[in-house]
Amino acid sequence: MMFDRFTSILTGWQDWLGSLLGLAERLPLHLPDWALPQLAATAGEKLRPQPTETRDPVLLPPAPRMSKWLNWDVVAPIVVGILFLVGWEVAVRLTGIPHYLLPGPILVGQTLVQEWGTLFPSLLITLQITVVAFFCATVSGLLISILFTQSKWIERSFFPYAVILQTMPIVSIAPLIIIWLRNNTFAAMVVCAWIVAFFPILSNTTLGLNSVDHNLLNLFQLYKANRWQTLIYLRLPSAMPYFMGGLRISGGLSLIGAVVAEFVAGTGGQRAGIAYQILISSFNLQVPRMFAALIMVTGLGILIFVSMSALSDKVLGQWHESATRREN
Amino acid sequence: MPTPVITLRQVSKVYTNGTVALQDMNMTIQEGEFVSLVGPSGCGKSTVLRLIAGLGNMTTGSIEWGQTLTENHKLAFVFQEPALMPWATVMDNVRLPLKLAGEPKHKADQDVLESLQLVGLRGFERSFPRELSGGMRMRVSIARALVTKPQVLLMDEPFGALDEITRSKLNSDVLELWQEKRWTVVFVTHNIYEAVYLSNRVVVMAARPGRVVADIPIDAPYPRSEEFRTSMLYNTYCREVSARLQEAMYGVDHHPPTFAAGRSR
Ligand SMILES: Nc1ncnc2c1ncn2[C@@H]1O[C@H](COP(=O)(O)OP(=O)(O)O)[C@@H](O)[C@H]1O
Ligand SMILES: [Mg+2]
Repeated sequence: MMFDRFTSILTGWQDWLGSLLGLAERLPLHLPDWALPQLAATAGEKLRPQPTETRDPVLLPPAPRMSKWLNWDVVAPIVVGILFLVGWEVAVRLTGIPHYLLPGPILVGQTLVQEWGTLFPSLLITLQITVVAFFCATVSGLLISILFTQSKWIERSFFPYAVILQTMPIVSIAPLIIIWLRNNTFAAMVVCAWIVAFFPILSNTTLGLNSVDHNLLNLFQLYKANRWQTLIYLRLPSAMPYFMGGLRISGGLSLIGAVVAEFVAGTGGQRAGIAYQILISSFNLQVPRMFAALIMVTGLGILIFVSMSALSDKVLGQWHESATRREN
Repeated sequence: MPTPVITLRQVSKVYTNGTVALQDMNMTIQEGEFVSLVGPSGCGKSTVLRLIAGLGNMTTGSIEWGQTLTENHKLAFVFQEPALMPWATVMDNVRLPLKLAGEPKHKADQDVLESLQLVGLRGFERSFPRELSGGMRMRVSIARALVTKPQVLLMDEPFGALDEITRSKLNSDVLELWQEKRWTVVFVTHNIYEAVYLSNRVVVMAARPGRVVADIPIDAPYPRSEEFRTSMLYNTYCREVSARLQEAMYGVDHHPPTFAAGRSR
């Protein structure tokens, strides 16, 4: 499927970025393979009796493997990206199109650097809204889905309302929420973003909690497990891959919810997020600045997705198909 | 004097969708017996086992338990699929029944290791189920069943999904363990040869509605070696069971002549 392909490509990027920046504990693993025997050799040198004629073949450094850095999932889109940017710049220059209509990528880059001081704090505010909303969505989604699986009646009675909450267009309820919470813009933004991000976690986790292997359920029943034990030892672990899938979707959605809410709120409030900056720039026809802000939001979105994927791999790493690479 | 451990009296089961899975089933299982249930697919073998295990209610009839059983840990169940928790190590999977019974970890570990020893899986404590072969997963599942030291072991086509070589290896291992531990075993299978090789008694069932059509004692001494599988006696019993099964499936017209003595209903 298209989406699967896309995910694998992004994961490829994530691995590549990780290895490039030496993120987290991946670092020691990404020392070039050929350096390790050398390290071992130098460390062992002092302990070893003076060299005999024949060298241990294991210590010979094999040729460095370039394939790691020539990952086509990474290189191909970079090439396309570069071609696109060059084409864009050339087109803008040749046609002489005014930069308040379409700025070239170089100008956008310059603006990004120049405006970093004003844009970045705004991005942080948006990030704050996103993170708080995402956290609330995660906790509430998880708790409510657990409540749903404890009683069929609760699920029957309340699930439709969760669906209604989901289907109401956020743009149309955001003004209401902002009016109701007019004393606290931040809370209003968080509530909007929460509404958008909450449902995928709820529905995914509910599905997961209910898709327990029925043989294992029987086994728990046979050994007289109580409700609590069944939840902790069986339902929650079974639901983990679904929950993680929900997190991946909701991470991005929280950001979108935050941005939409900021748009609707417009210029109100002193704490202005990145959407506010985009809005202001568009009023002033500062199109390069709009582009710069747009790039920042997109970058943030990708960062959220990649970190959620990494978290998911980390949590499911040892057991779930989605996170393991089979050797066949 | 044999002591009955499980007695089914006139047990019927009708599922909510109207399927009559069992009708007036009578069966007595004696202490220490190895009884196999064979029958065509859908004749209610799993239903019987689940009812014995207390998973789901019977529509009419009763199941009585012998007095020799202690209330706790008397039962263990092995499913057709290994039904392991993929997120837990072999050790944690086998420990599960003890954990659910509230036994502290350090006390349970001794039993877990013992149980793994029995099925020949020492050294794989830290492995995850996905790292094991189908046969090894089944062994983990058996170890989990044995860890509570059950008196009655219910097995529902436990080796149905395995290849022939793994199956016959596990057959002889289970048989060896049974002789040592003297559990009462109810073993469901659709494989006649497996049933005859393992059992004291083979109970043949027919479908629609599920019922017992034959109850054939296998009078061959234990231990049963690999040679038993090629013996005349073994062949005779296989033919007998096979004939009964044919009858159960296609009616009396089809059945080939009966060779072995056996009490049938
Ligand atoms: N949960 C259920 N609901 C309805 N019908 C069922 C259910 N489980 C089994 N049956 C039906 O009951 C009959 C016996 O099933 P089962 O005991 O699984 O047979 P076997 O194990 O011998 O193949 C079959 O016809 C099957 O379709
Ligand atoms: Mg069955």
